[in-house]
Amino acid sequence: MKSMYIVALGGIEEDILTAIEHGLRQMYGHEVKRLPSLPGPEYAFDPQRGQYSSAHILRQLVARVPPDAVSLLAISSQDLFIPMLSFVLGQAQLGAPAAVVSVARLRQEFYGLPPNPSLTLARAVKEAVHEVGHTVGLTHCADTGCPMSLSNNVRQVDAKGTELCSNCITLVEEKTRTV
Amino acid sequence: MNHWHIMVVDDEEVMRESLAAWLREDGYNVDTAVSGGEAIVKATHLDYAIYFIDLKMPGGIDGIETMMEIRKIHPDASIIIVTAYATVDTAITAMKEGAQEYIVKPCNPEEISLLVNRIIRVKNLQRENSILRKKLTKQYSFHDILSKSPKMGKIFDLVRDVAGLRSTVLIQGESGTGKELIARAIHFSGDRAAKPFITVSCAALPETLLESELFGHEKGSFTGASSQRKGKFEMADGGTLFLDEIGDISSKLQMDLLRVLQERKFYRVGGTEEIEVDVRVIAATNLDLDRAVREGKFRDDLFYRLNVISIQIPPLRERREDVPLLARSFVERISHELGKKVNGISEGALRILMDHEWPGNVRELENTIERAIVTCKTTILSDEDVEFLITGRDQGKAAWNVPANITLEEAERDIITATVERTHGNIKEAASILGIDRSTLYDRLKKYNVQRE
Repeated sequence: MKSMYIVALGGIEEDILTAIEHGLRQMYGHEVKRLPSLPGPEYAFDPQRGQYSSAHILRQLVARVPPDAVSLLAISSQDLFIPMLSFVLGQAQLGAPAAVVSVARLRQEFYGLPPNPSLTLARAVKEAVHEVGHTVGLTHCADTGCPMSLSNNVRQVDAKGTELCSNCITLVEEKTRTV
Repeated sequence: MNHWHIMVVDDEEVMRESLAAWLREDGYNVDTAVSGGEAIVKATHLDYAIYFIDLKMPGGIDGIETMMEIRKIHPDASIIIVTAYATVDTAITAMKEGAQEYIVKPCNPEEISLLVNRIIRVKNLQRENSILRKKLTKQYSFHDILSKSPKMGKIFDLVRDVAGLRSTVLIQGESGTGKELIARAIHFSGDRAAKPFITVSCAALPETLLESELFGHEKGSFTGASSQRKGKFEMADGGTLFLDEIGDISSKLQMDLLRVLQERKFYRVGGTEEIEVDVRVIAATNLDLDRAVREGKFRDDLFYRLNVISIQIPPLRERREDVPLLARSFVERISHELGKKVNGISEGALRILMDHEWPGNVRELENTIERAIVTCKTTILSDEDVEFLITGRDQGKAAWNVPANITLEEAERDIITATVERTHGNIKEAASILGIDRSTLYDRLKKYNVQRE
C-alpha cells in the first residue's frame, strides 16, 4: 500500500499540517505520513521579485520523494511564483509525486485584514487537496465548487468545497487503481 | 482532458517549463520550444491553438519573426507575445504583425486564465461552426450535387419524382452546370440503380461512328468492322442511356433515335435482326433546342419525344448562394486529392468568387479552386489566390486590340487558335472557356484547319 507524504518547508502551524493530513486521508483514502520539517526554501528566493520560485522548490522535492510515495506535498509560508505569473498559490507535477502549496496568500493578513486562523486552515486543506489531485493526474475541474477547480484568488478558493466532485472522485479511483 | 494544443516558446528553461506545467494543470496538451526555429518546425506538424512566444530570444530569430513565420503556416494562429521589457514600439510592431495579445511578465494568473479561456472559447465556436457547416453541406447535397438554391431544390424534387419512371428526360443547361450529375441522380435514385448507366457524348464522334456506337454493328458491315459489336443501347439494357450533347446529332441519327424511342427496337448497323431493349433515355444539351426546332435544325417530333420530362438547370450566376457552399466543398475535396493542407477560404476570396460571372459554371469554379489551391502558400485561400479571376478579366479587356481590316471569320479563327493553345489542346476546357459546345469547337477547328498540340 502506497502512502501520501507531507513536509513543512520552514515553520508552519501544527494545526494546518494536521488538518491537511486529515483532509488528504479523507479525500484520497491513503495513509498520510509526515516527513521531518525542512528548512525554509532560501535556495528558491528571487531577490528581484522578493518571492520564491515554485519550480525550484519542486526540483528539490523530487529528490526527496520516498519510494512508497503516491505524492509528496510541501507546505510553505512563503509567497511563490513562476516567471510568467505574479504569483501561484501552489504548483504540482501532473501525474508525478511532487507538489507544493503556499499558505502566504491564504492568510487574511496578506490582504491587510485581521487574522482568521480557521479560514486559513480551511483554505489550506482545499489547496492541498487541489495540488495532490494534480499529482494523481487530475486536471482543473469545471465545477467551481470542486477543490480541483482553478483558483487564482482567495475568493475562488472560498467558493470551493472541501470534497472532490463525483467526476473527480471517479477519475481518482481510476487513476489510483493504476498507481 | 482538453483536446487543444498550446505551444510555449522561450529560450529560458524555467520560464518555458513552469508556464507549460501551469497550463497542463488546466488540461491542455502543452508543447515547448527553446527557439523560434524549433517552434516553426513543430508548427508545420501541428496546428496549435495558442502560441506563447517570448519576444527576446538570443541568436537566431526573435519572437516577432517567429510569429510571422508561424502565421505563414497557420494564418489563424492565436499568438501571444510575452516580454519582460515592454516598449510602445515593440507592442505596436507585435500587434501590427498579427499578435493576438502582447503581455508583460509577470502577469496576474487571473489575466492569463481569462485570456486563454477567451481564445479557446472562440476556437471552440470556430470548430463548432465548421462541424455545423459540414452538416449543412450534407443536408444540401443530393447525389454528389450541392445546392441550397430553391431552383435546384425543385429540380431535386422532380428528380425524386421521376426516378422510378421510364419516361424520357431532357436536361438543358449551360456547359458545366452538372447535367450529367442530374442524369446520374435520376438513374441512381430509381429502381434501375443496379443496372448500367451508359454515357454517350454525341458531339465527340462523327455521324457514322456515332451510329455504330449507339446501335452496334455486324461483322463486315463497314470497312474496319472486323467483328460484331454491341452498341450502347444494348449495353444499357435494363438501365439508363445518357445521350450528352444531343443537339449536335445529324438529321439521319435524329430519325433513327426517334424510331428507337417510339418502338424500343432497332437494328445493328448492317444487321437484319431486330433488337428490343428496355432502356431509359436521358438526353442533355447546352443548346436552346426550342430554337433549334424553330430554325428547323432539330426534328420537332424527336424534341417532343425527348422532352417528356424537362429539366432546366440554372447557370451558377443565377444561384450565387451556392458559390460558397460549392467552393468550400471543392476546397475540402481537392486539397485532400492534391495532398495540400488548405482548409478554408478567406472572406475576401469568397467575395471575388461571388462577384464572378462563371460563364463555365460549376466546372469553372472547380477548376478555379484547383488552380488556387495549387498556388496557395498558406492553409487558407486568400483573395490573392483567386485574384487571377479579376486580373484575367482586366487583362482580357486591356489586351483586346482589334486589328484593322479584320473579318469576323479571321477574328473567330484567332480566338479559337489562341484558346486551344492556352488549354494545351484540351478541347473540353477550350469549349468551356469559349462558351460553345465541343462539337461546335471541333467543327471550327476543322473549318479553320487549327492543329491541336
